[in-house]
Parts: sequence; structure tokens; C-alpha cells
Amino acid sequence: MNNWLLVCVLLITMGFAYQFGLARSKSVAAGGPGRMHSRPGYYGLLVALWCGVPALAVFMLWSAFEPNIIRASVMEYLPAEVVSADGSQLNVALRRIENIASGFGVSDQPAEYELRAAERMSAVQQTGRLSMYGLMAVLGVAGLVLTLRRITPNLRARNQVESVVKALLVACSAIAVFTTVGIVLSMIGEATKFFSFVSPLDFFFGTVWNPRFSTVGTGDQGQFGLIPLLWGTIMVSIVAMLIAVPVGLMTAIYMAEYAPGWLRSMAKPVIEVLAGIPTIVYGFFALVTVGPFFHGLGQMIGIDIRATSALTAGVVMGIMIIPFVSSLSDDIITQVPKAMRDGSLGLGATKSETIRNVVLPAALPGIVGAFLLAASRAIGETMIVVLAAGNSPVLHANPFEAVSTVTVTIVNQLTGDTDFASPQSLVAFALGLTLFVITLGLNVVALYIVRKYREQYE
Amino acid sequence: MENNLQRSLAAAEGTVGVSAAAKIKMTARDARVFYGEKEALHGVNLDIRENEVLAFIGPSGCGKSTFLRCLNRMNDTIDGCRVTGKIELDGEDIYDRSLDVVLLRARVGMVFQKPNPFPKSIYDNIAYGPKLHGLASTRAELDEVVERSLIRAGLWDEVKDRLDQPGTGLSGGQQQRLCIARAVAVSPEVILMDEPCSALDPIATAKVEQLITELAENFTIVIVTHNMQQAARVSNRTAFFHLGDLVEVDDTTHIFTSPKDKRTEDYITGRFG
Repeated sequence: MNNWLLVCVLLITMGFAYQFGLARSKSVAAGGPGRMHSRPGYYGLLVALWCGVPALAVFMLWSAFEPNIIRASVMEYLPAEVVSADGSQLNVALRRIENIASGFGVSDQPAEYELRAAERMSAVQQTGRLSMYGLMAVLGVAGLVLTLRRITPNLRARNQVESVVKALLVACSAIAVFTTVGIVLSMIGEATKFFSFVSPLDFFFGTVWNPRFSTVGTGDQGQFGLIPLLWGTIMVSIVAMLIAVPVGLMTAIYMAEYAPGWLRSMAKPVIEVLAGIPTIVYGFFALVTVGPFFHGLGQMIGIDIRATSALTAGVVMGIMIIPFVSSLSDDIITQVPKAMRDGSLGLGATKSETIRNVVLPAALPGIVGAFLLAASRAIGETMIVVLAAGNSPVLHANPFEAVSTVTVTIVNQLTGDTDFASPQSLVAFALGLTLFVITLGLNVVALYIVRKYREQYE
Repeated sequence: MENNLQRSLAAAEGTVGVSAAAKIKMTARDARVFYGEKEALHGVNLDIRENEVLAFIGPSGCGKSTFLRCLNRMNDTIDGCRVTGKIELDGEDIYDRSLDVVLLRARVGMVFQKPNPFPKSIYDNIAYGPKLHGLASTRAELDEVVERSLIRAGLWDEVKDRLDQPGTGLSGGQQQRLCIARAVAVSPEVILMDEPCSALDPIATAKVEQLITELAENFTIVIVTHNMQQAARVSNRTAFFHLGDLVEVDDTTHIFTSPKDKRTEDYITGRFG
């Protein structure tokens, strides 16, 4: 039976269980003396949940462990040389057996042991699935019957359903939290492997980035200095912030303080569209339009500006993060109480004096928070710099030259043929971890500042 | 002298609230306020005398705050708000195109319902206006303006040792007196107060009321209040607003003892509002 079909059957069963519960609660209510604790729908829901959820849990557990159980069951049929082979070869052998067992077949003539293993595998699969169906059916019926019998005027079905809802919500938030933790842990694990090849000192303080594509153990394995990449990232981000901060802040001030309502309601979404443009589009915009423009401009005034440079990438990235700055700052400026503005205007201050002397100082912490959020966005940005920064991991201070950033290097190290045991690939995890720590730090500081600012007026 | 008085009396005939006993500071003639299409104030005629305390009373939504905000054009900051008619300060039309609204607000200061000190130090709160208008050229002069304003607002002794601390850290009553000091620091001619005590406890209210009485020696004060006892305590004259009309204005004692209009009587005896 197909898994989807199974889920459908389960849902239909739950629907029936709901009706049973409903009917049962009504008959109990009609026969018994007192008033039912909850409305009939809650009894129906409770019965349906008890009928369906345990069965669903069994199904999910089985689906999670089935491949491992089945693989373990056929190990004994495999010849010793296959079992002792390394991971990928064993995987290929198991894959072949799975294909034979499912009737899909393999291209060449299967070996004797493969056929026997496949037979065994389908047997295990069959009994496994059958016992799962059986268990699910038993659990479903048991849940249904037991809960139906529990329905009395005193059963607090409403409260119990409430706690199930709560459990569901907790489970969903747990998924997000555990995913984050999992990603961080796996990055830490891989980064630790990398640091067994290259000392952290050489990584964090090295000024040369030159990861040769030599294999492990053959002497020189290249130099993994983080500094040129970090500097490239910082340079591009500084250029981006130089564009985004003034433009974004002025936009926010205009939107919050001067723009008439109709203009604001039209212009704000339009500006926010800038944030919705895919970054790859910004990337080729930078590559095709902005880069050559700067190059031409440089020739006109006699400066050597490369088409792909920190300047190009930074300017385009700055445009991309304008809406982050302007939208957040706008919200924060709007939050400054009107009483504050009235107080200043009532003393005979002009509008711009009021903004400069009262509104902006009051909103400053929040605006700084907005800047930091935008900066962390700039630091983590990838596509624009991949296309427009020139990919040259050399330490220099000239923004008109090509640079490389941490994100670009991660892309470079992980694309193409990679061996995940070599420092050339593993360095990506160390870089990723570094980036994560930097942006996390910025975000934490930014959120702390924004939150502290919000408390001021509440 | 006698002639003058009679002439002004004759000129003022038929206008509610006009009296020639003292110099007139501000006048309103047929002042109407529209919020969008809705007329919130239906033609108010009122004279405000120099150095008097004039109280506006009336039920909520009667237009008293709206009219108050017309007097220094704070209504300009509200979208869709339109004022017609004539309002004059010392004979100058304050809605005239050539008038600088910034200078008007320096001459007609305002204190708001909720104390709204800036999130700056006490000193900077007071120094804000004088700095904007260039009233002090040296630090010493500025210090003097700050001290004088705080003394006038009766706050000096309470805050003189912590002028560098934020104004938002003061108690509600102190904050409101800080706001009054801030308004006084610009040396306005008229001070508008929009329910200045409604957010304060009785003790702080008593202090602010005493302050209003003292300030009346040097300033013309217009105060909006919900509290009729307060109007009776602090004001020389009282104006009663009802549903966007100025119903009656007279000496405070007259308003509270022998009102001419039925609506005024109903309101002050607590029959509505």
C-alpha cells in the first residue's frame, strides 16, 4: 500500500471516529443526569485524536527506521569483501539489492548472493509493513473504543484538546529550534575536522588564501588564511553601508515625517519590492550594467576601476539593502510618540529641527539596530559578490580592485568535484561557522538595542 | 480714556466674550475648524485679554482643545485639518500667508495634556527652545535662562543638583512643571495649556495650579480643563464650549454662580457632560 493512501485512510478513519465521538457524547448527554463538561465537537475531536495520533506516530517511527532495519537484515547475506568495503561501495551493493527486491532490476546479471539478499529483503519489508499495519489498526481501534468508553459528563474533553493543540505548537517550534541547533552542531563538527588539518592560528590570522588542490597527506596543502576573505567581506559591506545608510535613512525620514499619506502608502511597498528582487538578478545587473559603468567612469577621470570590484559589488548590494534600512528605520521613527514632536513644534522648532534634535535622537538606538541588521544581511550576501566582486582573494585596500569574500569562497570550495575529507572542502565549514558567528553577533546586538529602545515608550 | 473705553465697548457689542476692561491679546472672529468635511468648530468669536487666565470648559469633543490648538496653529500638524475665519495676535492675522508659524509658536507656547519631556537631560530640555531661537549667545546666558525658567516653574530647588539627568526620570508632576519651564524659557507672550493636570495626582495638580496663578503675572494663559473646580480656582474668566459652539464666556464667578445660558447651567450643575 502506498504511504499517501495510508495517510488518507487514517484521516478518513479519524473522520469516522469524530462522528462516533460526537454521537456518543450526545447519547451520554441525553441519558445522563448532569450537563456535559464540553460541547460535543470536543468529544468528537478527542476521539479522533486518540484514534489517529498513536497510529500516525507508529507510522512515522517505522518510516524513519525502516531503511536501517532492512539494511541490517540483509547484511548477513553479503559476502565478507563487500561488507568490509568502504561506505560508498557498500551503498552501491545495497542499492542494487534494493532495486532487485523492488522488481526494478539491474542492468547486468545479478550475482547469486544478491538474489538471495533481495529475496530476504522483500520478505522483511513485507512482514515489517504488515506488522505496522496491524499495529496501527490495533492502536486505532483501541484508541477509539477506550476513548468512547471514557466519554462521561465529567470528561474534560475541551481541556484535553487544548493541551493537544499546545503540544502541536510546541512540536512545530521545536523543529525550528532543533534544525538551527543541528546545523550549528554539524558545522562545528566539520570545522573541527578542518582544524585537525590546519591550525586555527593559521586560519584566523593567516594573510594568504591559497588552497592548492592537492590531496591529503601529500605534503604542502596550501594556505588557508581567513584575513583576505574577511577583509574583502568587510570592504564590500562598508561600501554597501555607505550607500544604504544615508539613502535608506533619508528615505525613512521622508516617508515617516514628510510624505503625505497617499504617497507613503504607494511608495513604501514599491521600495520594499527592492528587497524582493532575487539577489541573482542584482548580481547580473551588477555584472552587466553597473560594473562596465564604473569602469567607463574610471577611464574618463583617469582612475583604473575594474568592472568587477569591491566597489561594484558594494554599490549594488547597498541598493539591495536600502529597503532593510529604510523600512526598519521608518517603523522606528514612526514609533516616536507624537507628543514628542508636538512638544518641539510647540516651542517654535521647524520640522527639520524637530527631526534632527528630538525625533532622531529618540529613535537613534533603534536606527542603529536597523543598520546592524542590514549589515549582517550584507555580510551574508552571496550571489551579488559571486558575480560582481571579481573573486580575487588578495589582501589590499583598494576598493576599485577585485576582492573575494567569505561567502564567495564557500561557493568556490564546494562546487565542482569535491572530496569531503580534504581541507579544501572542509574549510567551507570553518568559513561558514565564522560567518555565522559574525552575523549572529551582529543580530544579537541589533536585537538587544532595538528591544531596549522599544521598552522606552511602552 | 473714557471715550476709548466706550468706543471699544460699542465695537464689541454682539460679540460673545468681548470686553474692553483690559488690553486684548488675541482675538478670534468666526473661527471654524474642519476635519476633512466635518466642521468641528462652528464660528467662534472670542477675545483673550492680556495677563488673564482664561479657562475653556465643556464636555468631551466640544471643540475646546481644537480651538486652543488653533491659537498657535498646532492644528497644522494634523492631516486634513482646515481653519477658516480670523485669529489675531496683537492685531496680526496668524493665519496670514506672510506669517512665520515658527515665530508664532515661539510667541504662543503650549503645554500638553501628557507631560512630554524630551529624552534629554533636564538642562537640555529647558535650553532647547532658547537655543533654537538664539535667545542666549553664551553658555553663561543659557545657564541663566535655564535657572530662571526652572525657578519660575518652581522646579529649581528640586532639580538644581541633577540638571544633567534625563528629564524623563522625573515624577509626573515634575515632568509637567519641566514642560511648563520649557515653554516659559522661550519667553512667550501667551501660554496655552491643554488639560495640563489630567495626568497628575492631586498634590502635583495643586502645585501646577499654584504655578499657573503665579505665571499669570507675566503671561497670558489659556487653559483647557475638564475639571470645573480647577477652572474656578485658577481662572479669571471661563468660556463654555458645547458641541463645537462657544456658548458663553464671562468672569469665572459669573459663569459658576449665574450662567446666562441654560446649557452652561446644566453643565456646571452636572446634568450632562
